[in-house]
Amino acid sequence: MPKITYNTHDSKTHTIDVQNGLTVMEGAVQNDIPGIDADCGGGMACATCHVYVKEEWLDKLPAKEDGEEDMLDMAFEPKQNSRLSCQLIISDELDGLVVNIPSKQG
Amino acid sequence: MNKTDVLIIGAGPTGLFCAHQLGIIGLSCEIVDNLDKAGGQCIELYPDKPIYDIPAVPECTGEELTNNLLQQIKPFNVKTHLNERVEELKKVENRWHVKTSGNQEFDVASIVIAGGVGSFEPRKFPLKECEKFEGSSLFYSIKDKTVFKDKTISIFGGGDSALDWAIELSNTSKVNLVHRRDGFSGAESSVQKVKELDEQGKLNLYTKCQIDSVSGDKNINSVKIKHDNGEVKELKTDYVLGFFGLIMQLGPILNWGLNIDKKKITVNTENFETNIDGIFAIGDICSYPGKLKLILSGFHEGALAARGCFKYAKPDEKLRFEFTTTSKAAQERLGVKK
Repeated sequence: MPKITYNTHDSKTHTIDVQNGLTVMEGAVQNDIPGIDADCGGGMACATCHVYVKEEWLDKLPAKEDGEEDMLDMAFEPKQNSRLSCQLIISDELDGLVVNIPSKQG
Repeated sequence: MNKTDVLIIGAGPTGLFCAHQLGIIGLSCEIVDNLDKAGGQCIELYPDKPIYDIPAVPECTGEELTNNLLQQIKPFNVKTHLNERVEELKKVENRWHVKTSGNQEFDVASIVIAGGVGSFEPRKFPLKECEKFEGSSLFYSIKDKTVFKDKTISIFGGGDSALDWAIELSNTSKVNLVHRRDGFSGAESSVQKVKELDEQGKLNLYTKCQIDSVSGDKNINSVKIKHDNGEVKELKTDYVLGFFGLIMQLGPILNWGLNIDKKKITVNTENFETNIDGIFAIGDICSYPGKLKLILSGFHEGALAARGCFKYAKPDEKLRFEFTTTSKAAQERLGVKK
């Protein structure tokens, strides 16, 4: 199973095995990793699963679909490496992905 | 004091359908919602997006679903109190007294929380220093636009609210519009209009910029913005407006002593009652093993919670199960009995 690393705002690192096909958001929520709210449940309608992707992973991720960038406008402190974690579906190619969770989601 | 059998918190699809189910079994209810219109997430987050999984409705938008539900509860004349957030809850003998942000008071036998993921609040600037100016020279919504006349306004955001206000206020004020990227999520016609106004010098557009700091004594007098390339620019400004959409917060419900797990209220699946007798929770806000965050699940939960409310509203009566196709009482309540 691919390993995903979530760095939380309190400087803790959580490396977790997440099943292929789940999203980075689901991996966090199911493993009680704090800081990802995912209020809308993964519908790209709320921007509360916002993460910062570690730079070297940015171009390995699937491109943003229509609407993700619009939703990121609403995120708390969006940056160049911002993504919505509900849109990142885990596959073997993403084994080792590192994301930083922002200090808060809203 | 508004006296009714049940208070429903939240006018989303789940709350509206629960009102219908209460009406069918002969209970009265009133609804409170923090937004300025009924519909909840359907209206606030995706009014135009089609929904494909409402049973027997192959396709409908959030707005259509809401309108149909409002139509469906019309026979029951349900009073809806909008722009009100529930604040305080008090048990008075076997009744509940609830007070809202607008000082409305309710005396009810039971409460159904259909609050989605909480009440919608504006999403704010990340800077701590913004708080001290909030309400005086920094706003997240506009109540009285006349205060901005002949002033300099810096608007942040790229959605319809930011664009519409930038266009409108540019008639009477000096407007800076600041957005984090070149693209906008607002209507294309508004984007074009903003770009024209920028070219004509009637508005200053700054893209790929975000707020860096605000300064001022009692009121804001300038705001610094930072470009993606690191360059910082200081803009003289009288007001700062932020339009970053809405975020959902559980708010005062958290202090009611309900069992809460991961921002959700835990309920039983027999009648969706919480750990507190007479308080029920349905829809996205409730949690139980196997919970699906679907509108159709909310309808089911509302039907059972409505029946759970019966014994509190009418302790001396027995609720009989009936179908709307054959029940004279239900048809009378619906106003369809011939």
